[in-house]
Amino acid sequence: MGLISDGTTIFDAGAMSAGFGGSMVFIKKLTASSSGTLSFVNGASGVVLDNTYKEYLFTFKNMHPSANGPYFQVNFRDGGTNYDAPKTTAFFAARHKEDDSASAVAYITGNDLAEGTGAQFLDGFGINNDANSCVSGMLQLFDPASTTFHKHFLVTTSGHAPASHNFTSGYCNTTTAIDGVQFTFQSGNIDAGDICLYGIA
Amino acid sequence: MGVISNGTTLLDAGALDSGVVTGAMTLIKTVTASTSSTISFVDGASGVVLDDTYKEYIIKFTDVHLGSDDKRFTLQGSIDAGSNYNVNATTSTFRAKHAEDDSGSGFEYTNGHDSDNGTAFFQISDILGSGNNADDCIAGFLQLFNPSSTTFVKHFKGRFNANNTGECIGGFGAGYFNTTSAIDAIQFKADAGNIDAGTFKLYGIK
Repeated sequence: MGLISDGTTIFDAGAMSAGFGGSMVFIKKLTASSSGTLSFVNGASGVVLDNTYKEYLFTFKNMHPSANGPYFQVNFRDGGTNYDAPKTTAFFAARHKEDDSASAVAYITGNDLAEGTGAQFLDGFGINNDANSCVSGMLQLFDPASTTFHKHFLVTTSGHAPASHNFTSGYCNTTTAIDGVQFTFQSGNIDAGDICLYGIA
Repeated sequence: MGVISNGTTLLDAGALDSGVVTGAMTLIKTVTASTSSTISFVDGASGVVLDDTYKEYIIKFTDVHLGSDDKRFTLQGSIDAGSNYNVNATTSTFRAKHAEDDSGSGFEYTNGHDSDNGTAFFQISDILGSGNNADDCIAGFLQLFNPSSTTFVKHFKGRFNANNTGECIGGFGAGYFNTTSAIDAIQFKADAGNIDAGTFKLYGIK
């Protein structure tokens, strides 16, 4: 049954008509608890990561490592079950120490990938495991379902000790659809933090 | 017909009541490029809203593939509903880049790709688009703040990623339209040739 008001369809076939709801649609939230990985896989556990949306947004808050100093990182699945899509990325960061002993903005060659299949670092300097230490930020993934174009992504994070503002830009160099995204720390577990996935209509 | 729940009007006259909580990001218009010379969003045309309804607008572009090799993706604004795209703009632009074969990388101000109060079409940063490789494209966004102000200049900022001939380019740009006239249209185009493909979405931010 639909609902039409003054000639305008508001609801029909179990959904609100376009233009009435917001364009940023919450899809899934994962909460870490000594987790080795946090994965969003299309079709699993209510996750949508296909051609439903042209853009997906991941927001991650208070990602806290069990180990001392690992980088927070991401990888992508391009068919099969492995997170090993080839990626080329560029990375730069601004940083500032709490004691004001250093500050800078620079490209970080060790944090980029040249057709690498390993995980992409999302912070510039690693995250220590002090109780209050964490990294937060967001990742935009454009048209992961495309079988014509590369899949671009943009990431911005804020890290802790030193304060860092980190920028990753890159693409999965494949025309195979990306159907899974996985977040990890470089070593140890994700002790705490949550990651939300949104579709941008 | 309207819908009233427990004395509260939820919808009437074909629209949700303003008191109903909805998302704050509203899709206004989607335009798909297909060998297009320009992509335009003009207030009042084809369902486009680009006025004082919102204080912020975002244009997201995905899978933008230019028709010719080594051409640049540019934009301009209009104060006369798209009759002319020639507003004075000053911008600053920088980028990070990295080659797929690891032969080079860098972080730099993209001198020569900024605009100094010019009226020509300009780039968000140094955006090259390869028409030779079928899988090359550009993705990113442009935020435009309070385009209808008749008091202030109109700020914008953007970010994108592109791949061109085996190189990843992460670009950043910001600037302002140096006018106190309302900006009522935005247009994208390549500096030569067409935009072969791409999706452009305009959103209003409450």
